[in-house]
Amino acid sequence: MFKKLALTAAMALALTTGGAFAAEGEQHIEDYDFSFEGPFGSYDQHQLQRGLQVYTEVCASCHGLRYVPFRDLSSESGPGLPEDQVRAYASQNFEVFDSELDDFRPATPADNFPVNDGVGAPDLSLMAKSRAGFHGPYGTGINQLVKGIGGPEYIASLLAGYTGETIEQAGTVLYENTAFPGGYISMPPPLLGDDVEYADGHETDIHSESKDVAAFLMWTAEPKMMARKQAGFVGVLFLTLLSVLLYLTNKRIWAPIKGKKNAT
Amino acid sequence: MAGIPHDHYEPKTGGEKWLHRRLPVLGILYDTIMIPTPKNLNWMWIWGIVLTFTLVLQIATGISLVMHYTPDTTLAFASVEHIMRDVNGGWALRYMHANGASLFFVAVYAHIFRGLYYGSYKEPREITWIIGILIYLLMMGTAFMGYVLPWGQMSFWGATVITGLFGAIPFIGEPIQTWLLGGPAVDNYTLTRFFSLHYLFPFVIAGLVIVHIWAFHTTGNNNPTGVEVRRTSKAEAQKDTVPFWPYFVIKDLFALAVILAVFFAVIGFMPNYLGHPDNYIEANPLATPAHIVPEWYFLPFYAILRAFTADVWVVQIASFVTGGIVDAKFFGVLAMFGAIAVMALAPWLDTSSVRSGKYRPMFKWWFALLIIDFIVLMWVGARPAEFPYDWISLIASAYWFGYFLVILPLLGVIEKPLPRPETIEDDFASHYGKSSETGGATASTPAE
Repeated sequence: MFKKLALTAAMALALTTGGAFAAEGEQHIEDYDFSFEGPFGSYDQHQLQRGLQVYTEVCASCHGLRYVPFRDLSSESGPGLPEDQVRAYASQNFEVFDSELDDFRPATPADNFPVNDGVGAPDLSLMAKSRAGFHGPYGTGINQLVKGIGGPEYIASLLAGYTGETIEQAGTVLYENTAFPGGYISMPPPLLGDDVEYADGHETDIHSESKDVAAFLMWTAEPKMMARKQAGFVGVLFLTLLSVLLYLTNKRIWAPIKGKKNAT
Repeated sequence: MAGIPHDHYEPKTGGEKWLHRRLPVLGILYDTIMIPTPKNLNWMWIWGIVLTFTLVLQIATGISLVMHYTPDTTLAFASVEHIMRDVNGGWALRYMHANGASLFFVAVYAHIFRGLYYGSYKEPREITWIIGILIYLLMMGTAFMGYVLPWGQMSFWGATVITGLFGAIPFIGEPIQTWLLGGPAVDNYTLTRFFSLHYLFPFVIAGLVIVHIWAFHTTGNNNPTGVEVRRTSKAEAQKDTVPFWPYFVIKDLFALAVILAVFFAVIGFMPNYLGHPDNYIEANPLATPAHIVPEWYFLPFYAILRAFTADVWVVQIASFVTGGIVDAKFFGVLAMFGAIAVMALAPWLDTSSVRSGKYRPMFKWWFALLIIDFIVLMWVGARPAEFPYDWISLIASAYWFGYFLVILPLLGVIEKPLPRPETIEDDFASHYGKSSETGGATASTPAE
C-alpha cells in the first residue's frame, strides 16, 4: 500500500520492508553484559584497550574510524593510554595523506583514524549507535528501556554469529550469520578465536574478543558517555531537590486558599 | 484587556509614572502575570508552561548548535559529529535539542487532548484553539526540517518520502514538490532551505504563542468544570479565581521541575532511545534503509496517510466520482491533512452545550476510545504496511474521523448531561472539603 504514495524510493522501501521485518524475527542477538550499561555503568579501561588491539590487528585492515582522533585514545574516560603511547601507536600503525606534503606520512595524535573504504566496508566510528539489537515486543522497542538499544550487543553477536555455512549469489560468497538481518553477510568471518594476544593475559576466545571490540566501538561512537551519565545524574538529583522545595512552597501558598474553603 | 474584572497596574514611583505615560509595558506585564485564574485548575493545566519553556529551550540550544553546524551535504554529518566530540558541552546541546523536540510533542499532545476533553475549544475560545492548531502545524514543519539537518539516512529518506506527498497533489503537485525541495530531488539546495526555515519557524511560533496567550487572557482560562468565572463584579470574580502569580506560577514550576527531572534522565541515560539508529549512518542517495519510519510524534498521522489504499472502497468511490483525479496516493494525503483539519473544526462540530467532558457520561467513553485510538495509530504507524496492520490502521483512521464528524455532532443531541456546579467557588469548596478530611498534612499547615 505504501508504494501508492511516493516516488520510486518509497517503492523500493515497500518491497524491502516485508523482508526486513520477516528477517528481524530470525535475528538472534545475545544480550551480553557490558560494564557501561545502566545509569551508573562505566567503560572498563582494560576492555577498551583490548578492543583497540582487536580493532588494530583485525578490523582496521578493512574498516576505518574516520570520526575518531588518535588523541582521544588518551582520554581518561576512554582507553586512557599515556600520550607517548598514543603517539607511538599512531605513527607505527597508520599513515595519513598530508595535502601539504602531497604524500603519505605516519599519523600523529592530531590526526583522525584514516578513512578506509577500499573494499567498501562501512566505517565503524558510529557503528554501535547505528544498529539496534532489540526491537520488540511487537516492534514497539519498549524492551530497549530495560536491555538498552543493543548496538554493542549486535556487534558482538554478529562477530560470534557465523555458522560456517556459505552460499554463492551472483558471483559473491555470502556467509551465514545468525545476527545479520536476512541471515547472510558478505563479510568473511573476521574472528576465529585466538586472533590476538592480550598483554593482560585475558582470554582470547571468540566471545571475549567480540565483546572487547564491541565495547571499544561503543566508546568510539559515544566517547562522552561518562560525562553524559554524570551530568544526567547531577541534573536528576538537583531537579528532584528543586521539585521537593517547589512542592512544599506550592502547598504552603495554597494552604490559606484551600483552608478558608474548608472552614465554610 | 477585556475579560474578568480585576485590579489593574497603578504606577507608584516617579520613574514608573514616567515610563507608564510613554510605554505601558509594565502594565501589560502586570496584567499578564496577575491575570485572575480559575482556582480549580487541575494538573492538566500545566502543559502551557512546559510548552513555553520548551520553546525557549529549543531556541536557545538551537542557536548554540548553529554556531558549530555546517549546512552542506558534504559537511553536515561530520559537523554534527564535531559537535558531539569536539565542542565543549556539544553533546549536551545536541541531545537536549533532539530530545527537546520529543518533550515538545509530549507536552503539545497532552495540551491538545486536555483541550478536547474539557471543551476548551468551545465558544468563546475558538480563536485560541485555531491558533493552537496553527502552532502545532508549524511545530510539525519545524521538527520535520530539523530532522533533515544532521543528514543521516533517515533525514534524507524521510525528506524524500514526505516531500513526495506533495507530489501526489493533482496538476500542481510536481511544481510544489520541486519548489519545496529547490530542485528535482533532495540535495544540497534542500538542506540549505530547510536549515533557513528551521531557524525561521520557531520565531513565527513564538509570535503565535503570544497571540494564543492574548486570546485566552481575553476570554479567561477554561477550567475542569467548564463553568465560566462570574464577572459581574470584581468581588464575585475574586471568589472564583486567584491571581496567576504566585499561585499557578509556583504550581506550574513544580510540575516543570518534575518533568525536567525525567527529561534529564532521558538525556543522561538513554538519549538515543527516541531516535532512529539509521540516522547515525550518513545520508546515501543510493542505499534505501530497510524501513523508513518517521519520528514517533508523526506516527499517528503517518498511519492515517498509509491507511487509505486503492483497495479501500471509499478511495475507489472518490476515484470514480472525480474521474481518477483523486487516486489512493492523493486520498492518503487528503486524509492526513484532513485528520488535523477535523480537529481544528471541533468548535463547530461539537454540538453539546456542556463544555466539560466531566459532566458528559457518554462523551467520556468515546473520548477514552479516542485516546486509545491515537495510541494504536502511533503503534501501527511504525509497523510494516501489511496484514493485519493495514486493517488496524484503516479501522483506527476511521474512528478518528468518526469521532469528529459523527460522534461529536450526534452526542450533543442524544446525550443527557449530568448536573454541573453553579460556580467555580462551589466546585472548589466541594473538592477541598473532601480532601482535607483524609489528608492529615493539610490540617497541620498553618492556615494564615
